[in-house]
Amino acid sequence: MTTPRTVELVVNGEPRAADAEPRMLLSDFLREKLALTGTHVGCEHGVCGACTVLVDGESVRSCLMLAVQAQGAEVRTIEGLGSADDMHPLQEAFWEKHGLQCGFCTPGMLMSAVELLESNPTAGRDEIREAISSTLCRCTGYQTIVEAVQAAAEKMQGEGQ
Amino acid sequence: MTRERHYIPESRQREKPKSKYFAIGHSMKRVEDTRLLTGSGTYADDVSLPNMAHAAVLRSPHAHARIVAIDKSKAEALPGVICVMTGAEAAEVTGPCADFSSPPTPQHCIAVDKVRHVGEAVAAVVAESRYIAEDACELIEVEYDPLPAVVDIEDALTSSGDAVLHPGRGDSNVAMQRTIEFGPVDDDFAQADLVIERRLRWPRSGGTPIETVGATAHYDRGTGKFTIHANTSMYNYVGWLIAVSLKVDPHRLNIVPTDAGGSFGSKLFCHKVCTLAGTLARAAGRPVKYLEDRIDNMTSGDAHGSDRLYDARLALKRDGTMLSMRLKVVDDYGAYFQYGVGQHGNAMAQVTGPYKINSVEVDLTAVLTNKCQQGAYRGFGSEVGNFVIERLVDAACEEFGIDPIEMRRRNLIEQDQFPYIMPTGNMYDSGNYQAVLDEALGMIDIEGWRKKQAAAREQGRYIGIGISTCQERSVFSATEFWMWNPNETPGFTLSSSPESVSVNIDPTGKAFITLNAPFWGNSPETMAVQVLAEKLEMDPADISVGYADSDKGFNSSGPGGSRFTVMIAGAVSGAADVIKEKMLRVASHMLEADPSDLEFRAGSIGVQGVPGKEKTLAEVALHAHYFRLDLPEDHDLTSGIDAAYVYDHPVTTMPSEDRTDLGIFYPIVGHMCHIPVVEVDVETGKIDFLDYVAVHDCGTMVNPMTLAGHVRGGTVNGIGSALYEHFHYDESGQLHNALLSDYLHPTLMETPVDIRVGHVETPSPFTEYGIKGGGEGGRMGAPPAIAAAVEDALKPLGIKVDSLPLTPKVLRGMIREAEANGG
Repeated sequence: MTTPRTVELVVNGEPRAADAEPRMLLSDFLREKLALTGTHVGCEHGVCGACTVLVDGESVRSCLMLAVQAQGAEVRTIEGLGSADDMHPLQEAFWEKHGLQCGFCTPGMLMSAVELLESNPTAGRDEIREAISSTLCRCTGYQTIVEAVQAAAEKMQGEGQ
Repeated sequence: MTRERHYIPESRQREKPKSKYFAIGHSMKRVEDTRLLTGSGTYADDVSLPNMAHAAVLRSPHAHARIVAIDKSKAEALPGVICVMTGAEAAEVTGPCADFSSPPTPQHCIAVDKVRHVGEAVAAVVAESRYIAEDACELIEVEYDPLPAVVDIEDALTSSGDAVLHPGRGDSNVAMQRTIEFGPVDDDFAQADLVIERRLRWPRSGGTPIETVGATAHYDRGTGKFTIHANTSMYNYVGWLIAVSLKVDPHRLNIVPTDAGGSFGSKLFCHKVCTLAGTLARAAGRPVKYLEDRIDNMTSGDAHGSDRLYDARLALKRDGTMLSMRLKVVDDYGAYFQYGVGQHGNAMAQVTGPYKINSVEVDLTAVLTNKCQQGAYRGFGSEVGNFVIERLVDAACEEFGIDPIEMRRRNLIEQDQFPYIMPTGNMYDSGNYQAVLDEALGMIDIEGWRKKQAAAREQGRYIGIGISTCQERSVFSATEFWMWNPNETPGFTLSSSPESVSVNIDPTGKAFITLNAPFWGNSPETMAVQVLAEKLEMDPADISVGYADSDKGFNSSGPGGSRFTVMIAGAVSGAADVIKEKMLRVASHMLEADPSDLEFRAGSIGVQGVPGKEKTLAEVALHAHYFRLDLPEDHDLTSGIDAAYVYDHPVTTMPSEDRTDLGIFYPIVGHMCHIPVVEVDVETGKIDFLDYVAVHDCGTMVNPMTLAGHVRGGTVNGIGSALYEHFHYDESGQLHNALLSDYLHPTLMETPVDIRVGHVETPSPFTEYGIKGGGEGGRMGAPPAIAAAVEDALKPLGIKVDSLPLTPKVLRGMIREAEANGG
């Protein structure tokens, strides 16, 4: 259980490899082994959703998945989304609409929203609410998060045309 | 100094409210957000030091027990374990945690001899990884001798012997009892035509932010100095008390703030986690990180909210005029008493609400039980008072057959009565409560909803409309923490509860602000930037913000009590005056003009009435930084443009010696009106929001967007307190919902689709620009309004709401009972 194995995977488009005990959570692996601390851990039991990342395109609670299970997978985290100078439309919309206060749930919210809009670019408010309801936010009351995702969806559709 | 009763000091406001602002009042995008949106924030768990080890804590499964023996040998033998500490070992080097109660209720970062609640630390392990540390915890063998657990709030009043948590305080779990009468209560009750009486129960909930509390500590053996990185808030106020616990002089402890992933009051101090991490780092000889896991946070985070039982009475005249109140309250503080009855000092700031009530008597009993101790949660005790008075008012409406809106209209304090001294002696600085009510009623069609309600009842559906009109006191003065103490041992004298800032102008004319309190999830950087931009007519994009650690920081009380925006505005404004004075002096030499003839224009300083004769701020800054000696002789003009400024509490006075007048201690008072419309599914007990209007008056708004964010977020916290959240301890003291899967935060599906926020602005005459606090109001106004709405919905069944939370299970129970009684 404690003999480390080498986990090789692609994170945010870059091949990465590091040793991990088979029991190591993907969230801890990303944060501690790959220094990607943008993925946050709030409950460690799969409820809060702050640790949500995309594994092979699908949202995953990285606190409920082992790093070794991500062997060979393509993982996307908030660090791959955009920088302060070159934000993803979702990041821009969260900023514009005040879709965050403490920012702790934000990485999970953003990655859930990325998954939604990439699979359903014309998602309406109810679909957005459904997708976002998987993540807890204690600060905003959710309303401005939904507005931000709606605004980003509209913007991304406009850009896509 | 003895003053006349109800003396109001002169206002020290320097910046008057304006009709037009340069930067204040704009919904500017937040300064904090770019780092948080890109995963670049530094929260407690993001700190990593070279050679850092990790800690985990073994927690008590018993609510109350003597620790007979601890065998840690197996844990110590586990490869990767660096050290294991018991409470007895920790107590050899570290004293009790900080404690503001009198007499003290000593709490150690690891329990010594006795555990007093489930989840209390019994031993701690430091290991190469958190995984190994947790493995090792399971190998520690502890022998307990169980003691009687005190769980029920009323049992705590009479328990004795082995059931006493802190025998050093006497043979009782009553931590404090006192009755204070403010004004002629007997006379006012004698004039009453009706006395409303309700027994009301406010449940124990908590801020429970998504990020738990964490600290990474390093002890430098070469200097004997600790460095602790933590998501604590009051580190420049009372952080030095952690040094006292660690038994070093305060200058041998540097507390470095991290970003906090939410607090809602719960991270006000976090002294236990800091003390534990420091203790372990010194023992391990290596940096140690300790981060609470979710169960640690829920069972032992020292931040449960108020847990109160009220017997409450309101005396009224036949026409609905409110005369007086009598409140008998018992509050279950849990196993320790870190802030004494500070939450009840707080509640005295607005105990009679926004109404013209002449007197009030409060009979307060604080009890200790085998639960996690209380800390702060958005409202700090005043939110409970709002629930109590609004329930009484609604009951009076029912009794008299007066409409709840009309009842409020008749009793709200009038605009020409401010500044208003309420019965306890606190001052309400300003307000226009009728205007707030008007604004709210203008945003929602009450008559239309009444028609829909009637139509729905025809179909067997239950729609209800509630209203609350509540106070939001802001900007505490620390007297609230000791005013309930015995008259002979009051505690302190008048406190200044300051906030401070430093501002440096760089050689290119851009600004750097250093705050002395942390980012705890609010918008401290945005507030400081908007105020500085206002004062210097500077582009907000040219201002950056950082945070001082406790080595470099100075007088700051930090956020809490919705004080930060008011206080940092005062500090930034004061610092900016120093900056402006110096820039004008340098510019006057450069422009060969008298400083009194100069004016600030956007981005420059120029001679009044002479367009074009000006220097940019960048030119002035460059000259000030490098070429001071080029300027004419000017006594005490030094190079550079920097300022540090400490802003003291804007207006506070001492309590009277007999405490029948508590003085002015929470004077910057906002007001709100919440009107939710709910539908109760009587089959399932589920509640849906059909509409929600929240109008707040927080004085001059610095940023309407972020203020609305607070109102909405606070309202959803209030929905949690009203409908879902309750730390459930069973009769043996086990906490049954210490996970987020069991302790239910509102998810998006339980919140209104659109909380429609309205604003009224009544500037404070005492603060810079007239700003008032607005951080807690949502949670202070929502629970009574929701309780009223649910009661209104279920009126056909005769159901009364006297306790929270109204979970589906609780509601179903009430509905079933009502139906069985033929309701």
